[in-house]
Amino acid sequence: MFNQYALSHVVLIPLLPAISFIIVGFFLRRLPIVAATVSVGMSLISFALSLGVGYGVIAHNITVENPLIQRVPWLSIAGLKVDMGVYIDPISAMMLFIVTLVALMVQIYSIGYMRGDAGFGRFFAYLSLFASAMLGLVIAVNFVQMFVFWELVGLCSYLLIGYYFHKVSAREAAKKAFITTRIGDFGLLVGILFLQILFGTLDFQQLASNVPAYVAQHGTNLLTIVAILLFLGPIGKSGQFPLHVWLPDAMEGPTPVSALIHAATMVVAGVYLVARAFFLFSALPNAMEVIAWIGAFTACFAASIAFTQRDIKRILAYSTVSQLGYMMLALGVGSVTASMFHLMTHAFFKALMFLAAGAVLHGLPDKNDIFAMGGLRHKMPVTFAAMTIGVLAISGIPPFAGFFSKDEILLAVSQVSTPLYIIAVVTSFMTAFYMARLLIVVFCGSEKPDNHPHEAPMSMRIPLVVLGILAVIGGYIPYANHFGDWVRFGLASHEGLDWSIAATSTVLSILAISLAWHIYGSGKVSPYNLSWRFGALYKLSFRKYYVDEFYLWLNHTFVDGLGRILNWLEIHFVEGIVQGAANLPVGLGNLVRKAQTGKLQRYGLIMFGAMLIIVVWLVLLSPLFRGALSGGVY
Amino acid sequence: MIGLAHFLTVAAIVFAIGLYGLLSKRTIVGILMSIELMLNAVNINLIAFSRFITPEVLTGQIFAIFTIAVAAAEVAVGMAMIFRVYYDRNTVHAARLDEMHW
Repeated sequence: MFNQYALSHVVLIPLLPAISFIIVGFFLRRLPIVAATVSVGMSLISFALSLGVGYGVIAHNITVENPLIQRVPWLSIAGLKVDMGVYIDPISAMMLFIVTLVALMVQIYSIGYMRGDAGFGRFFAYLSLFASAMLGLVIAVNFVQMFVFWELVGLCSYLLIGYYFHKVSAREAAKKAFITTRIGDFGLLVGILFLQILFGTLDFQQLASNVPAYVAQHGTNLLTIVAILLFLGPIGKSGQFPLHVWLPDAMEGPTPVSALIHAATMVVAGVYLVARAFFLFSALPNAMEVIAWIGAFTACFAASIAFTQRDIKRILAYSTVSQLGYMMLALGVGSVTASMFHLMTHAFFKALMFLAAGAVLHGLPDKNDIFAMGGLRHKMPVTFAAMTIGVLAISGIPPFAGFFSKDEILLAVSQVSTPLYIIAVVTSFMTAFYMARLLIVVFCGSEKPDNHPHEAPMSMRIPLVVLGILAVIGGYIPYANHFGDWVRFGLASHEGLDWSIAATSTVLSILAISLAWHIYGSGKVSPYNLSWRFGALYKLSFRKYYVDEFYLWLNHTFVDGLGRILNWLEIHFVEGIVQGAANLPVGLGNLVRKAQTGKLQRYGLIMFGAMLIIVVWLVLLSPLFRGALSGGVY
Repeated sequence: MIGLAHFLTVAAIVFAIGLYGLLSKRTIVGILMSIELMLNAVNINLIAFSRFITPEVLTGQIFAIFTIAVAAAEVAVGMAMIFRVYYDRNTVHAARLDEMHW
């Protein structure tokens, strides 16, 4: 019953948060309690509908092969017909569940976290719009719809990252996020245009049926370029190297926003796009290889940066970049199942960790440096438990959620490429190390005397508990219930645990955690001395491999250089033409203005002289006047 | 017998005198008087044409009356302006009133 209703009204899922955005944004900004109630209420209905959709997908046996599609014509001109609609298959149903769940949790959490903030209503309006945009993206039936909501997601991230717009750093971070992702979006747009030119349609279903024939007929060369152009979008949006720079800076937004961006909306949009367009990518081995290598490199690269960062949210941000790399890697080796599975578990434990970090920052305002914290486990037991679950989950310790999904990815990778597998395992080791470092430094050790932490209020603890439970069981239950039979591309790829791979990664993670304890927890080793011993490496990692500096240099050298060249051209060529055009009338004016003497009688003389000439001329030349003259007067 | 040609000749002479005065007088009062002469030459023409060509209607004569009225108004306005210029510049010499040029 309810699932029938939900399946036929999927459009309500993004629509309700959008309505909430309009109501809250335009009418309730001054009424915090009402605004939060409306916003959370809409999210709750939206979440319930998503549950109904999820149940309906299973009950009505909606699989990847026979999705439920509803279309409404949106614009139609000669040669281009674009629909808006709803595309429900197990993948999008799963995404709807994750997005609505995390959005709901984040909104409940924000009630406590943003209490007393001047922009409370505005914040909830943006959160609603953000969730709405992401949900619209998830149910997209074609590339245009996806692109529209994709950009809307980008806009919301801009608004939310720059939420504290009175802070320069927040404004800069918002601009950086917007512009950096825009670079990728340009590639995406060009790729979409290419698809329209090549196939004459942008509908996912039609493209999926047209691509194999096209590949068989024309080969993969052009299509590979198109696919890589498309992939530029996910590179920007999902923070893959080299466009990852915006994601750590996105920490300038309020912490719930970070949780939303990093767990459910925005960054996973890129992963989702690749999974949604997998019919295209999977047909192109070279494009797949690019995706896999970019993913693997990003995973490893970001993990090595997270090693040395000191800002709690920044560490989590780099871990997100790293985990997104994992998801891309899984897609690159052809396993949508592993990627989507990890996306789901990651959404749970990353949202959990960000919300826990938010609770820490709430208890210790204005302290971001993890080394300024310490010993928080006594005063903040719930937060400590939440963070511990999150860290164990991301480290891949059984039976936490991350264990199963990471194992799926490692298994999928090991079947395709050994070098990639080694990179993935090394990354897994590093992940466990730096996450344990965060946990130990923040929560263990002795309390700092000038810190007065307090546990978060109830509205912030509820999401922590819910997400904490999901981070524990969210891997096992789908895993045991044939997740891979539903969320997949092509044949079902559910293969069960590979004990050697699972054991290797678990042992490595435990080793990494022990190492982190030895360095940061036991007090026997001074981390400070250690950082001196590896001075150059430490600095390289701490300064994030100077990627930001490189971009700045690039900007100053090439963009500004180009600007200077164009400026020179402007001054000497364009300006010359314009000036020349202006000088012509001025010169002419100079020539004739001498005639204007101001002497009254000279004007008169000229006037009568001219009249005389005209009269004489007329009289002499005109036959009429000649006739009148010879005819005499009356 | 005095005919139309005689009237026209007188008018032409008066007009030419006026034109000469307009172009050669040094003061603007003189210029104004010359303009009056030219206007009156035109009046002679109008009345002569009216009398000799269309004696049954009085169009030309009425035109002449109009011209006289306009000329009177013109003199009033013109003289007022000349007085103003004289107050301002202390001269009525046309050659000196040449500020309005490039």
